[in-house]
Amino acid sequence: MTALRCSGLSRSFGALAAVDGVDLAVAPGARHALIGPNGAGKSTLFRLVSGTMRADAGRVELAGRDVTGLSEVKRCRLGMSQTMQHASLFASMTAAETVALAAARHENGPISLLPRRQPRVAARAEELLSDVGLAGRGGVAVPALSHGERKQLEVALALACRPSLLLLDEPAAGMSPAESARLVELLRGLPPEITVLFVEHDLDLVFSLADAVTVLHLGRVLCSGTPDEVRASEAVRAAYLGTGRREELFLS
Amino acid sequence: MTAVDAPAVPGGTAAVSPRVPRGRDGLVAAAVLVVLAAAPLFLAPFATTTLARILVFALFAVSLDLLVGVTGLPSLGHAAYFGSGAYAAGWVSINVTAEAPVPLLVGAAVGAVAAALTGWITVRTGGVFFLMLTLAIGETVQQVANTWESVTGGANGLTGVPAVRAGGAPLANAGFVYWYVLAVFVLGFVLVWLVARSPFGAALRGIRDNEPRMRAIGYPTALYKYGVFVIAGGVAGVAGSLLVAQQRLVTPADLGFLTASLALLAVIIGGAGSLWGACLGAALVILIRDALGPGLGGHGTLLLGIVFVLVVYLLPRGAAGLRLRRRSPS
Amino acid sequence: MLVSVLNGFAIGFLLFILAVGLSIVFGMMDVLNLAHGALFLGGAYLGATFAGSWGGFLAALGLAAVGGLAAGALLSLMTEPLRRRSHLDQALLTLGVAFVVAELLIIAFGDDPLSVSAPPALDGSVSVLGATYPAYRLVLIGVGAVLALAVYLVVERTRVGALVRATVADREMVATLGIDNRLVKAAVFAVGSLLAATAGVLGGPIYGARPGLDATVLILALVVVVIGGLGSVRGALVGALVIGQVDTLGRVLLPELASFVLFAALALVLVLRPRGLFGSPASVSTR
Repeated sequence: MTALRCSGLSRSFGALAAVDGVDLAVAPGARHALIGPNGAGKSTLFRLVSGTMRADAGRVELAGRDVTGLSEVKRCRLGMSQTMQHASLFASMTAAETVALAAARHENGPISLLPRRQPRVAARAEELLSDVGLAGRGGVAVPALSHGERKQLEVALALACRPSLLLLDEPAAGMSPAESARLVELLRGLPPEITVLFVEHDLDLVFSLADAVTVLHLGRVLCSGTPDEVRASEAVRAAYLGTGRREELFLS
Repeated sequence: MTAVDAPAVPGGTAAVSPRVPRGRDGLVAAAVLVVLAAAPLFLAPFATTTLARILVFALFAVSLDLLVGVTGLPSLGHAAYFGSGAYAAGWVSINVTAEAPVPLLVGAAVGAVAAALTGWITVRTGGVFFLMLTLAIGETVQQVANTWESVTGGANGLTGVPAVRAGGAPLANAGFVYWYVLAVFVLGFVLVWLVARSPFGAALRGIRDNEPRMRAIGYPTALYKYGVFVIAGGVAGVAGSLLVAQQRLVTPADLGFLTASLALLAVIIGGAGSLWGACLGAALVILIRDALGPGLGGHGTLLLGIVFVLVVYLLPRGAAGLRLRRRSPS
Repeated sequence: MLVSVLNGFAIGFLLFILAVGLSIVFGMMDVLNLAHGALFLGGAYLGATFAGSWGGFLAALGLAAVGGLAAGALLSLMTEPLRRRSHLDQALLTLGVAFVVAELLIIAFGDDPLSVSAPPALDGSVSVLGATYPAYRLVLIGVGAVLALAVYLVVERTRVGALVRATVADREMVATLGIDNRLVKAAVFAVGSLLAATAGVLGGPIYGARPGLDATVLILALVVVVIGGLGSVRGALVGALVIGQVDTLGRVLLPELASFVLFAALALVLVLRPRGLFGSPASVSTR
């Protein structure tokens, strides 16, 4: 059983095949990194997996269940949860309200039409905020949070959906080294029931966190394996490390 | 309601804010209620009637605010549901019974059903398509009212609506009608207020702020928008039943474009999302139309058009809460 | 039946002339101009005032053209400060303008509906395949078709048209080419308004001139634009002809519920093609 399996996943924009027959298997409990230069199709692949965008062809399976035809909302309800590359939150809410919004959907039964106290939701929001290092910041309005704090809030929001598969799109982008170190710590501390698939440009972060790496290039999978295999891969080298400077592969 | 909107609407957001001390609000609300209830005792009948008109329009504006301010769905055709409710309540009063809760419930039901029939298409569109579709629906419904003479009375409207009856006796006196309107207004307002403060209301504000993100965290947003569209239609229908109770007449103009846009104006003047503000905006609009209009030779619309233009230029922050797609912080 | 089809064409071409400006202004500039119907009504009242002779009719057309140009330029100027604001703000502004204009027209021309007579020699009827048909409407079909063709050719075949289409497709790109798109916007706004006011004069003998007509034609134009797809000339043409037919047929078959038929057509198109028949996703991106 895999946590996530994509087979033959494709999506084109006009003549450009952004994602072209991608096969990807993510093991349960993995910390699986998706890397590749800009334009490799990482973000599109993420959208196809999360259901934000429909695939032209191919299949997406979540824990053995075919979710290709399901909407983003249904996939989320089945345990798929994501953070956005550019923190995308709710401008009129506080951090605590933001997390409570997701928690209310995933902790309680149906959403009530009448006001009611939701102690479980509030407690869960509190707990998640402190998990991601935002303890005591719950009352702050989202626009008043720093960039790094918003990225942390993104993670809390995604975790509030009680995911079995967490999709992180460049979680450390724009973070200071200290913030990004804390993020690694947070992701390492996630329970093994949560599988993580993440896109990241920061290779230090990738190799310190990932136990599996897939390299995407021009919409196709170039190479997939353990971090050491990918580091040593001749295919990666030969295909586009012609200059010998491997950093260029990842930093564009 | 929100820290972001608060500066735009001084004092207006208190009603839905979870962070403002509730005791003071309760006191203010109680005081306003006492003054409103006592009003007919010291106001002239004409002033009482105007106040009743304001309450009717205020409830209509509040129902629109649930869409525009809370959910971020700027409807230009909300009068369709207001008018449908009014016609239905009037028709029932003439042909079946005018006994108190019946016209009210029929108005609510017809408003909600009309919203349910038209809403499924509109809520799945966004941005300017929503504006245009709601506008088209409003106008379509008005033309139906104009042409379906056997039921609606055509261009002359539905006339000869009997007075609402409570406990078997008709409410003949302007003061009693006013109290009836006030009682229903309070009920409707409280209902909308509760919805806006509920977890459902929080989800609606989430949709207003960032709908794609709401979908990503598992909210079927089209369903929520549909739900609030139907609720707003039902409340507008209630307001419509009050309209017919108050003026004993419904005309196609009551479900037209002008009525819909005046309600939108009321919401914007009051600061979108603030239910109290919408009531104050409604008062201003009705005062201009009914009290100042006759002094301008019946051309209150001219003044309202100018107010529209001024509001857009001078109250950019009042309209800020309405932005179709709010920029998320990034 | 034939009469109904011909009526459908007459109204269809009229709607195209009216709607094409609305569609392009929206497609290019994201401005939903709700004052468009008021411009039509202004044209209709001009027709009511001057028509009756050929000189009067042509004078009305000329005045409508000049007035429309000026009004369009003014509207473009008025919406300029709202460029970074939402559709709703712009819609509200033009709505306010529409109210003011409509009310001023009522003050000037009164509450009563005015009828507009067709120019002499066209006010009679002719026989078409055995059915009698108003000559004016037949001419209107011809004039409408010519105008529609002219607009279509200008937008699809000329350099100016290419600029317009490019702006619809990608505003930022055109701006980076160093073309002042405020000027393009003002020009398109002005020409669109000219067409709307002219349509009012041309439509006068069919619709007359009366308070409330502005809203009626605005809705028809919006339905056309939504069905055709925002910013598409071809869409506006097809949408206008379809709506012309649907509307007249509806009035013949279900006179009491004709507007429901119109809405049903709109709903059907939107369910099947949410972006309209010829709308591209790019041209309707919301800000």
